[in-house]
Amino acid sequence: MSAISFQSVSKAYPSPRGPQGSTFLALDNVSLDVAEGEFFGLLGPNGAGKTTMISILAGLTRATNGRVTVLGSDVQTDYAQARRKLGVVPQELVFDPFFNVREALRFQSGYFGIKHNDAWIDELLESLGLTDKANANMRQLSGGMKRRVLVAQALVHRPPVIVLDEPTAGVDVELRQTLWHFIAKLNKQGHTVLLTTHYLEEAEALCGRLAMLKTGRIVALDKTSDLLKAASSNVLRFKTDGVLPAALAARARITGRIVQLPANSALDIEQYLAAVREAGVAVEDVEIRRADLEDVFLDVMNTARAEEASTAGPPQGARAPSGGSAAHEVASVGERTP
Amino acid sequence: MTGWQMLLYKEVLRFWKVGFQTVAAPVLTALLYLMIFGHVLEDHVKVYDSISYTAFLVPGLVMMSVLQNAFANSSSSIIQSKIMGNMVFLLLTPLSHWHWFIAYVGSSIARGLVVGGGVFFITAWFTHLSFVAPLWILVFAILGAALLGTLGLIAGLWAEKFDQLAAFQNFIIMPMTFLSGVFYSIGSLPAFWQRMSHLNPFFYMIDGFRHGFFGVSDASPWLSLGVVGLALAVASALAIYLLRIGYKIRS
Repeated sequence: MSAISFQSVSKAYPSPRGPQGSTFLALDNVSLDVAEGEFFGLLGPNGAGKTTMISILAGLTRATNGRVTVLGSDVQTDYAQARRKLGVVPQELVFDPFFNVREALRFQSGYFGIKHNDAWIDELLESLGLTDKANANMRQLSGGMKRRVLVAQALVHRPPVIVLDEPTAGVDVELRQTLWHFIAKLNKQGHTVLLTTHYLEEAEALCGRLAMLKTGRIVALDKTSDLLKAASSNVLRFKTDGVLPAALAARARITGRIVQLPANSALDIEQYLAAVREAGVAVEDVEIRRADLEDVFLDVMNTARAEEASTAGPPQGARAPSGGSAAHEVASVGERTP
Repeated sequence: MTGWQMLLYKEVLRFWKVGFQTVAAPVLTALLYLMIFGHVLEDHVKVYDSISYTAFLVPGLVMMSVLQNAFANSSSSIIQSKIMGNMVFLLLTPLSHWHWFIAYVGSSIARGLVVGGGVFFITAWFTHLSFVAPLWILVFAILGAALLGTLGLIAGLWAEKFDQLAAFQNFIIMPMTFLSGVFYSIGSLPAFWQRMSHLNPFFYMIDGFRHGFFGVSDASPWLSLGVVGLALAVASALAIYLLRIGYKIRS
């Protein structure tokens, strides 16, 4: 049984700009299965549909079409069971200003019908470095501390499936370390983890499998290692103050002075450097490094954009670079409704 | 403790923690009404032959406090949770729409009765009250608080801003309460306004409640019970439906 299963899920919202009655598709026929015990990452630019997927999973939003289950329980028809199996850390830093940390955790336990949960609450506080804040009012906590409480609140009922929606956005290094250590431990104990993040190095380090989402569709779905293998193996990196030739600039990832170019062979590198020399652009700090998830991500997003432009809407297959073979890897992307 | 009991407990604790604002303040307001209107009108107004004006006023003020605070409790709790975003903690739980309804309305009844009890104990010092039918007193206090708690629940779900909630409170709840016979018997009104008052469900709550004290009222307590019961049934059905579809809380 899948821990999380999205079956042909679409979500249409009323369009804020278009004519009356028009809609836009936040999710477009997405299918995805996450196996029990997986550490799964959901990546994509802002507005790709990550939070919509999590909201549908958590029962905060209803899908327009399709079905979503958590360990076999339908999130709509069997919502009570589905929610017992699910712990969600919301993206926004929300809190109830009337109560302290321990009260908030006791209430959350109580809503799930759990009595005498203090032993587990103490363990959560300890693991998340919150023990000395147990009696502090939520208002007095810093942003990072509030984030830890959100994690604890999501775990009070010991859910087998844990969903973290950008848990490290704007969080300091120490908390990120504490948090990942703790989540990795829970994953080792058998909890399924679904993570969305903008920090691609975190996804690369933690997630066994990844889905990349763009404008409501899955454009890549595979093991993290296979996605990395399928990408260009190396990257040429240098700094410059000059203006790159157009052909080079189109392929480059440019961050301020830093230019990075995908390179599959020594020949690629030679050609890049020759083009730079011909253009009379001075470069410094030249180095060659292995491709990381950010390179894969940009590559996938660019390919998806190019495909969209060239085919202008007709059905598109998901892009799974290594042709993932496991039975549950079905990133079906169906027809786009006009 | 099951899920809805915890939510009910939390909602009661929420207003109790800020009791100075949610309990003491409305008790003081009611006391001021009693002292001012009682002083000005005691010798000039006689509503029922055997009852002084101050005595007539006390049950009205108690019931008005019950109603206003029951409404304030559920409506402000819900809109605050919506605006602060912490409603998500409840939305993620297995609690059903019935559980939400019982907890929010139950805590509103609790606040209404606590404030009403406070107003009663303070104002009762100033006059001599009789208790002809205590069961009516209790029935109307609970049903009235339940009705207003339910209306507060609906208003809290509907409102997106504090402004809208304040409008609901100031332009619907306040006029209906003030025009329901808290400060006067509708028997003293011109015929047209008497008929209008009979269309106001708040009139029946206060009239029935007062009947419990004095054994006299403008309408039969059974009629009042029927009207209040019907209003509560309609409002509850609407509130439960809105909770079930997740009106403005689940998209």
